[in-house]
Amino acid sequence: MEHFIAAIIGFYLLSTACYLAYLFFQKDLLHRIGYLLLFFGFLCHCAMILWTFIQIGHMPVRNLFETLSLAAWAVSAVFLAIRYRFKLKVLGVFVAPLALALMLVASQLPRYAGESKGIFSSFWFVFHVICVFIGDAAFALACGAGTLYLLQERTIKRKARGFFFSRLPSLERLDATGYACIVVGFTFLTAGLIGGFIYAKAVWGRFWSWDPKEVWSAITWLVYAALLHERLAVGWRGRRAAILSIIGFAVLLFTFFGVNFFLKGHHGVFTRL
Amino acid sequence: MESTTKTKSPPVPPSSPDILLIGLNHETAPVALRECIALSETDAESGLETLRRDPDVQEAMLLSTCNRVEVLTVTRNRDRAAQYVKGLLAGIGRVDAALLEDALYVHVGDAAVRHVFRVASSLDSMMVGEPQILGQIKAAYRLATTKKTTGVILNRLLHRAFFVAKRVRTETGIGDHAVSISYAAIELAKKIFDTLEGKKVLLVGAGEMAEIAVEHLVRHRVGSLFVANRTFERGLHLAEKFKGQAIRFEEIDDLLTVVDIIISSTGAPEVVIAHDQVKGIIRARKNRPLFFIDIAVPRDIDPAINQLSNTYVYDIDDLKGIVEENKEDRLREAAKGERIVDEAVLGFRRWYESLEVVPTVVALRNKIEGILRAEIEKTLSGFNGISDSHREAFYRMANAMVNKILHDPTLYLKNISQHETKAMILDITRKLFKLNT
Repeated sequence: MEHFIAAIIGFYLLSTACYLAYLFFQKDLLHRIGYLLLFFGFLCHCAMILWTFIQIGHMPVRNLFETLSLAAWAVSAVFLAIRYRFKLKVLGVFVAPLALALMLVASQLPRYAGESKGIFSSFWFVFHVICVFIGDAAFALACGAGTLYLLQERTIKRKARGFFFSRLPSLERLDATGYACIVVGFTFLTAGLIGGFIYAKAVWGRFWSWDPKEVWSAITWLVYAALLHERLAVGWRGRRAAILSIIGFAVLLFTFFGVNFFLKGHHGVFTRL
Repeated sequence: MESTTKTKSPPVPPSSPDILLIGLNHETAPVALRECIALSETDAESGLETLRRDPDVQEAMLLSTCNRVEVLTVTRNRDRAAQYVKGLLAGIGRVDAALLEDALYVHVGDAAVRHVFRVASSLDSMMVGEPQILGQIKAAYRLATTKKTTGVILNRLLHRAFFVAKRVRTETGIGDHAVSISYAAIELAKKIFDTLEGKKVLLVGAGEMAEIAVEHLVRHRVGSLFVANRTFERGLHLAEKFKGQAIRFEEIDDLLTVVDIIISSTGAPEVVIAHDQVKGIIRARKNRPLFFIDIAVPRDIDPAINQLSNTYVYDIDDLKGIVEENKEDRLREAAKGERIVDEAVLGFRRWYESLEVVPTVVALRNKIEGILRAEIEKTLSGFNGISDSHREAFYRMANAMVNKILHDPTLYLKNISQHETKAMILDITRKLFKLNT
C-alpha cells in the first residue's frame, strides 16, 4: 500500500516537473514525457484502488485519505482523456500539480478506516461515487481551462504580451476545451446524482431527505445547468463562461469539503480522519 | 589564413589559395549606388564568364540581391584578383572606381568564410532572420555551378553555409515571431481563433496595407472575404482579385453579425465603426469573438470597442509595438546564431588546412602504419617464443612496406602543379582513406 502511494506520488511529481519545465522551455519532448509519466502514475493509482477494492469488497471511500486519493485519480483520468481529444498540452501544468497536491495531502492523513457498513457494496453506490468523482474532476479541469482563458484574454486585451502570450493556446481552443469539460462534468454529475437518489431510496426509503449535502449538490448542479443553458441559448462564451466555470468549481469545492466539515450530514463518513 | 585586410601586400603569389570576398551591402552603400551595381541574371552570367577567364581567379560566385552585391572568389593572387573584381563591378555599374572603393568591403580567409556563413544565416540582413536570403544564395550558387566556376573549395564552403543557415534557423528563434505589421496581425488572430481556416473577413477600405494583410489571410485559407469601399468600383476590383465579394459601405452593419475579422484602412477622418454599433450586435453574434485590425490613421475603429466582451481591437501602434518587441527578440537570438557561425568557421578552417599536401601525406602514413603494426601485433601474439630480434625484423619489414606503398602517391601529391586539381585530389585522398577532416 505505502509502496503504491510512494510510486504514485513519484510519478506525479516527475510529471509536474516535466510540465513546469515545458511551460518555461516550450520543448515538445517535455510535455510528452510529462504525459507519459502521468499515465504511469495513473496506472499505479488504478492498481492501488482496485487492490483495496478487492480487499475490502467495496469502493475505498471510507475516510478522507481514500476520498482524496480517488479525487486525484479522477482528475488524472479525465485529463488523460481530454488531453487526448483536445491536444491542450498546457493544461497539464494545471492538472499534474493538482493530482500531486491531492496525493501529498492524502498521504499525510491516517489510513485507519472505521467499521464499514454493508450498504457500501451496492452497485448504485459504486456508480454514484465513480460518476460524481469523474464529474467533479471534469469541472476541475474546466476551472483550469477557464483560468488559463482569463489569463490569455487579459494579455490580448491589454496588448501587453508577457510570459503567457506565446505559451498559452488560442482563446477559442481554451474556450472549447472548457466547454467540453463542462459538458462531460455535467453529464457525469447528473448520472451520479440520479445514482445517488436510487441508492438513497434503496437504503433510506426515500429519494430526497433535505440533507445539506443533497441541497448543495443541487445548487452545484443548478449553477452548471445555468452555465450550459446560457451558452446554448444566448451564446455565453469566452470570458463570462470562464468566470462562471471558476465560480461553479468554488461551489463544488464547498459541496465536496465544506458541507462535510461545517454542516455535517449523511456524507460525513467519507471525509473523516 | 588571414583576417580582413585592405592593405596592399607585396605581389608575391602565396603558395596556398585564398578565399576572397568583395562586396557591398545596405550598410556600406547607399541605395543609389546599390541599384547601379545590382546585377541582372544576364549580368551575373557574363560576370561569371569574365571571372572565369581571369587566370588569377580559380573559383568564383556572384550574389546579387536588392541589399547586397558580393563576389566570392578563390585566388592565389588576391591583390590582382581584388583589382580585377573591383574593375568588373565598376564596369557593370558604370560608376566611378573611387566612389565604389569606399563602399566595398574586402574579406580574406576566415573573415570571408564567416561573412558567407553570416549572410546565409540571415545574420547580416537588414531585417535579421528574414528567410529569403538563403534562397537567393542557393540560386546564385546554382548559377555558378552551371557556369562551372565553382570548385572543391567553394562547393564545400557553400554546402557548409547552407548547413549553418539551417542550424541557426532551427536552433535559435531568429525566424520566430512576426516582424511585419500584417504578419503580426495574423499571429494575433491565431491566438484568438486558433485557426483562420473558414473565418469570414471584412475589409473596410481597399488600401495597399489592407491588401498585404489579405494576402496573408488568404494563404491561411480564410473563408469568405467581403470588401467595403467608399468607391464601390475600387472595392469591386480588390474583391475580384481575391475572389471575394464587394459590398456597399452602408451594408457594413449587416455584416458585423457575420464576420470574424475586420481589417480597416480607410482615409476617413472620423471613426467608421463606433462603439454602439458593435455593442448592439454582440448578442446577435452569440458572443463569437470579433477581431478588429485597424491600420488606418486617423483610426477607423472606436478604441472603446476593445472594452466589449469577446471583441479585440488592435490599431497600427499596437501592431508596431509588437513588431518592435519581436525585432528585439530576434536580435537576442542572433547572438546565439553568431556562436553557431563561430563554430562552423573553425570547422571549415580545419578542413581547409587539411587540403595542404604535408598533413595529408602524414595522415595517410600514420593510418597505413597503424594498420600494419596492429596486424603484426595480432599475428605475433599467436606464436610462442618469438625473440625480440624476430619481432624487430617484422617491424622493419612493415616500415619498408609503408615506404614502398606510399612512395608513388606521395610523389604524385607533391608534384601536382595545378591548384584546382590539387585541392580536389587531396580531398579525394582524404575521403578514400577516411583521414580525419
